Amino acid sequence: MPRLEPRPTPSRAWAWGSPLLALAITVAVGMLMFTLLGKDPVRGLQVFFWEPIKSPYALGELAVKATPLLLIALGLAVCFRSNVWNIGAEGQFVIGAIAGGGVALLAGPQTGAWLVLPVLLAGVLGGMLWAGLTALLRDRFNANEILVSLMLVYVAIQVLGYLVYGPWKDPAGYNFPQTRTFEAAARMPRLMAGSRVTIGLPIALAASALLWVYLFRTRGGFAQQVGGLAPAAARYAGFSSRGALWTALLISGGTAGLAGALEVAGPIGQLTPYVPAGYGFAAIIVAFVGRLHPLGMVLSAILMSMFYIGGELAQSRLGLPKSLTGVFQGLLLFALLACDTLVNYRVRFGRAA
Amino acid sequence: MDTYALLLAATLNAGTVLALAALGLLINEKAGIVNLGAEGMMLCAAIAGFATVVHTGSDTLGFVAGMAAGALLAALFGVLVIWLGTNQYATGLALSLFGVGFSAFVGIGYVQARLPERPQFNWLGLGELPWIGPALFRQHPLVYGAMLLALGLIWLLYRTRAGLVLRAVGESPQSAHALGYPVRRIRLAAVACGGALCGLAGAYLSVIYTPLWVEGMVAGKGWIALALTTFATWRPARVLLGAYLFGGVTMLQFHLQGQGVQVPSQFLTMLPYLATIVVLALISRNPSWIRVNMPASLGKPFHPGA
Repeated sequence: MPRLEPRPTPSRAWAWGSPLLALAITVAVGMLMFTLLGKDPVRGLQVFFWEPIKSPYALGELAVKATPLLLIALGLAVCFRSNVWNIGAEGQFVIGAIAGGGVALLAGPQTGAWLVLPVLLAGVLGGMLWAGLTALLRDRFNANEILVSLMLVYVAIQVLGYLVYGPWKDPAGYNFPQTRTFEAAARMPRLMAGSRVTIGLPIALAASALLWVYLFRTRGGFAQQVGGLAPAAARYAGFSSRGALWTALLISGGTAGLAGALEVAGPIGQLTPYVPAGYGFAAIIVAFVGRLHPLGMVLSAILMSMFYIGGELAQSRLGLPKSLTGVFQGLLLFALLACDTLVNYRVRFGRAA
Repeated sequence: MDTYALLLAATLNAGTVLALAALGLLINEKAGIVNLGAEGMMLCAAIAGFATVVHTGSDTLGFVAGMAAGALLAALFGVLVIWLGTNQYATGLALSLFGVGFSAFVGIGYVQARLPERPQFNWLGLGELPWIGPALFRQHPLVYGAMLLALGLIWLLYRTRAGLVLRAVGESPQSAHALGYPVRRIRLAAVACGGALCGLAGAYLSVIYTPLWVEGMVAGKGWIALALTTFATWRPARVLLGAYLFGGVTMLQFHLQGQGVQVPSQFLTMLPYLATIVVLALISRNPSWIRVNMPASLGKPFHPGA
């Protein structure tokens, strides 16, 4: 019977090895699933891990999906490091998209390209507002942030529905529930021709670098994390737990809102009921698989983006439902949590010494 | 008058889904474990139950399948959390995310499927009574089952030795361990029971309440059930009342839509979620009240011998 024996100090090797082992387990389970479904497992692997990187266009699509995942995950990492459980990033993303989209709709044919900035700013503020509601209820009423932030996801989706079915519906849109397509001036500039990659990608990468500096090189970032690791120590040091709560939620709301604005004014180009695509939930997995580390999350965002594209390809090429993506994402997080045991414990066989 | 009689009946019906799940989660939490995977368990159980009824035609087998699916997923969660010491929040979240994807994946072939004719009930022939007839005498047996379950839990938790041990494990696992109780196995059993009840709730939703399979059909009821245990300050009778209250809010939304109230339907759909937030804020406002009622070791890992 194998036993778990606590390690004197957490293993640094396993801290980075465990996500890789978790990925290996997910891939193994995935291949088994393909076999059971009567599909060629090697073809399945190709669809998920080779097709998304085999051409410059495919790489661009990979970046398009990785961008919102990374941005949201960066904010969530601040939350999770501060022991604030914001799981409503999806709602903050949607409200950011609505705010950004609302500004984008103000544009006329004469508007200049400067409008991109207000669009993004509105997205950030929208996301912050939505996350701020959770912070307020937690701070003033002690209401559990997990439940409040999640309930607000459903509310946000209904707000979006109201707008696109109601006042913001495109009058020339054949009664489809969607807004006008945004004017060119309100659309995110693309980085190069022949790819849908926009300025969102450099923004997300810059945010990643900024987060690294904030977490590991500033006093504020340090104080933020002490509260998460050792609340008593943080109190003794005079770090405000209320401040940490608000900071964490506002930062993550801001990044999720920014991702929402970048998404509607970028690849989508209008508000529709399909704006919420689950990025806010997938980003939770991105954050954990990336070890809440800015660089790790860049890698895990790319991985999770592969799962999205692989799921779509599995549908068109192999005739499997797209929801395969969600199955693999969930499996990955499960496997990761199990493998993380190896960071703090050694597996021993035989009798206790 | 008839409308209100039917509204009352529908409220109890809708509340049953929440009550079954929330009572299950209450058992978990009394043992000190928070399972944020309720939504995922309910979804997987909903499709398991629905598919079973489609293939066998037996509602009973459907409920059994739902309970088995819920218990199995909960056991997986339990092993990770209790033996491997993983974070309860993160693991529960993983279960929810996995459940959403997995149920959608498995359920794709059942989206258009139909169930055999749904049973009608008229107990003691009293279903025609004005006002209370439909609410009290025309319900599915599980509606009464949920009420009995709440009563049974009150008895189990506060009148039996097993209940005392369960609560001890949730309040102070160290003491229970020192007394020689197998804390981890008791916790696993509680988690599996809770999962089975969430599963039953999911199967009731897809087999009786709706009755059909739609991707993501649980639509946050698992999360509302989680909130209910807090609203109820971890008391079974209050869980039941809270579930009916929220069932009522859900039904009110359909009722208002039916009455042609001039409010966009999206705002009515928001109601249960907004109500959850408001009630949660009101109940949690007094931290000491929550602290007194909450199982003392809720959400905290336990390592024997540590």
